[in-house]
Amino acid sequence: MASIWRYVLAGFGLAALLAGVLAIVYLTAPRSAQPFGPDVSRTKKTDNGLYVATFVPERGVVRQGELESWLLTLKTKTGASVERAAIAVSGGMPQHSHGLPTSPQVTDYLGDGRYRIEGVKFTMSGWWQLRFAISSGAGSDTVLFNVVL
Amino acid sequence: MRRIARFAVLMAMAVLAGCGKTDFSDAEKKTIASLALNTLPALKTDTTNRFADVPAAAALGSTLFFDLGMSRDGTVSCSTCHKIDRQFQDDLPQAVGVGRTNRRTMALAGVARDPWFFWDGRRDSLWAQAVTPLENPLEQAGNRAAYVHYIKARFGDRYERIFGPLPDLSTVPANASPLGTDAERATWNAMSDQQRDAVNRVFANIGKAIAAFERSIEPAQTRFDRFALDLATGAEAKGDAVFSSEEMLGLKLFIGKAKCVTCHNGPRFTDNGFHNTGVPPVAGLPPDRGRVDAVGQVEADPFNCFGAYRDGDVSACGELRFVVKDAPELVRAYKTPSLRGAATRPPYMHAGQFSSLDAVVAHYAKAAPSVEGTSEVHPLQLSDRERAALVAFLKTLAE
Ligand code: HEC
Ligand code: HEC
Repeated sequence: MASIWRYVLAGFGLAALLAGVLAIVYLTAPRSAQPFGPDVSRTKKTDNGLYVATFVPERGVVRQGELESWLLTLKTKTGASVERAAIAVSGGMPQHSHGLPTSPQVTDYLGDGRYRIEGVKFTMSGWWQLRFAISSGAGSDTVLFNVVL
Repeated sequence: MRRIARFAVLMAMAVLAGCGKTDFSDAEKKTIASLALNTLPALKTDTTNRFADVPAAAALGSTLFFDLGMSRDGTVSCSTCHKIDRQFQDDLPQAVGVGRTNRRTMALAGVARDPWFFWDGRRDSLWAQAVTPLENPLEQAGNRAAYVHYIKARFGDRYERIFGPLPDLSTVPANASPLGTDAERATWNAMSDQQRDAVNRVFANIGKAIAAFERSIEPAQTRFDRFALDLATGAEAKGDAVFSSEEMLGLKLFIGKAKCVTCHNGPRFTDNGFHNTGVPPVAGLPPDRGRVDAVGQVEADPFNCFGAYRDGDVSACGELRFVVKDAPELVRAYKTPSLRGAATRPPYMHAGQFSSLDAVVAHYAKAAPSVEGTSEVHPLQLSDRERAALVAFLKTLAE
């Protein structure tokens, strides 16, 4: 009788130990569904290396559900400002197979290679992408920015 | 030996206790807090309607909202379909005015915060929306010349105290509208530009008064909001703010595995966007392609934000200016409705396609493809228990 008890206790102890280890593994694991998120850098070389592009919210912060303006700054490889570029904006949410809820457009050139992009709106949290097709005297190139809310 | 046994039992108890309670991660807590009513920002001023916050305008708007005289035959008002004691809707799959319409009446709580109006968003302001049912032959079925004469006769003084002098209507025909019967359209076309503009201006002001009234229709606190507040502050939940384990599971699914919160987000449970969710059309109703057919309509509307009847400057027109015009995802896309109060106002969807929340959840779980365009929702593996939990959670938004 006593020996059965001992096995039962040992079994219990082992189960508890296993549960404890699992709990530690679970509790210390990163909570986000996407531990290795997309590259969210704000300054990037364009895909073929023609330009260096910087994309930042004009007011510094991003607010979900509001129409906002962003600034796209374009420099050449050598650091010269890119003037009179034609810029087309597109994008969407890669994980939800839908595009942008608005059609952002370039509405102003502010000098020093800075272009104002108005009509940017993020309607939900998650991973958004904005793609720019840029064309100027220096040639045509594209660049993609990730925005994670 | 004794000590080891005691330790083992304690460990087991600790593990079991941890399993029993539905805990929320920090990320989940953040999402739950973002859905609570206390995060609803104050209503912004509507610069396109300078009467939006004028109490006398709201009072006139309220009178007009309930006035049966505001229809062709004196039998229909806004409140025929938007019933004040039924969350401003009518419990019907498709609304009935002078005729039977093709869509379900929308509940109005919080509507003043929307950028677009109607299931397809074919109007871009609350006041431009308000004049639309007045002339819809299936709703109030009137014509704008008749409404303007009616306002002068019935509410002339009240109108003039708010909006200033009424124009001279002595030469304006009794019945005329660019949207009416053949005879009304012919009469409208025969009127001078000046007469047409005078009528449109009073007609727009009718819309602005009604819009001022509608701004007061706001969502109410629910059990969910009390639960969320306690969760955020770490206070011990009391009374009806205590969630059952089923409601807790439903909430966890709503913001997690079932992905409802991707579209039904923020304190009104809507992203104010348009999505194709594969809701099937209703047999016998005319073809309905949703948002894709609405963009041209709002662009052509003389009362839109770019039009002559807007107050304030054009900087308020961002939504119209940056509207998505032709994207494949607009096909059969409809406005995401708020889920506050939804549990007590079946049927559901733009034409009352589903008669219960169980049917809605079954629809999302199956995620059948759309008859046209591509549905954005994907099949969900949900057990019967999980489906019931989602429904139980939705009910906490209506208690
Ligand atoms: C015959 C019933 C009926 C009448 C009368 C009616 N409505 Fe509606 N209302 C509806 C239906 C149906 C919809 C959705 C229609 C659609 O999407 O095409 C709607 C939509 C709306 C919306 C849009 C809500 C949103 O979330 O986009 C508002 C606001 C509204 N109505 C206000 C009014 C006002 C103001 C009046 C009176 C001037 C009025 N309605 C008269 C049935 C009616
Ligand atoms: C892709 C965006 C999206 C997702 C994800 C989504 N919904 Fe919806 N929901 C909508 C849209 C759009 C409608 C209106 C569709 C229509 O009328 O055709 C809607 C309608 C509803 C309605 C009916 C409300 C009414 O007043 O008619 C309920 C209830 C609802 N959704 C619950 C849910 C639940 C629960 C989930 C998660 C299982 C969910 N939704 C996921 C966009 C979404």
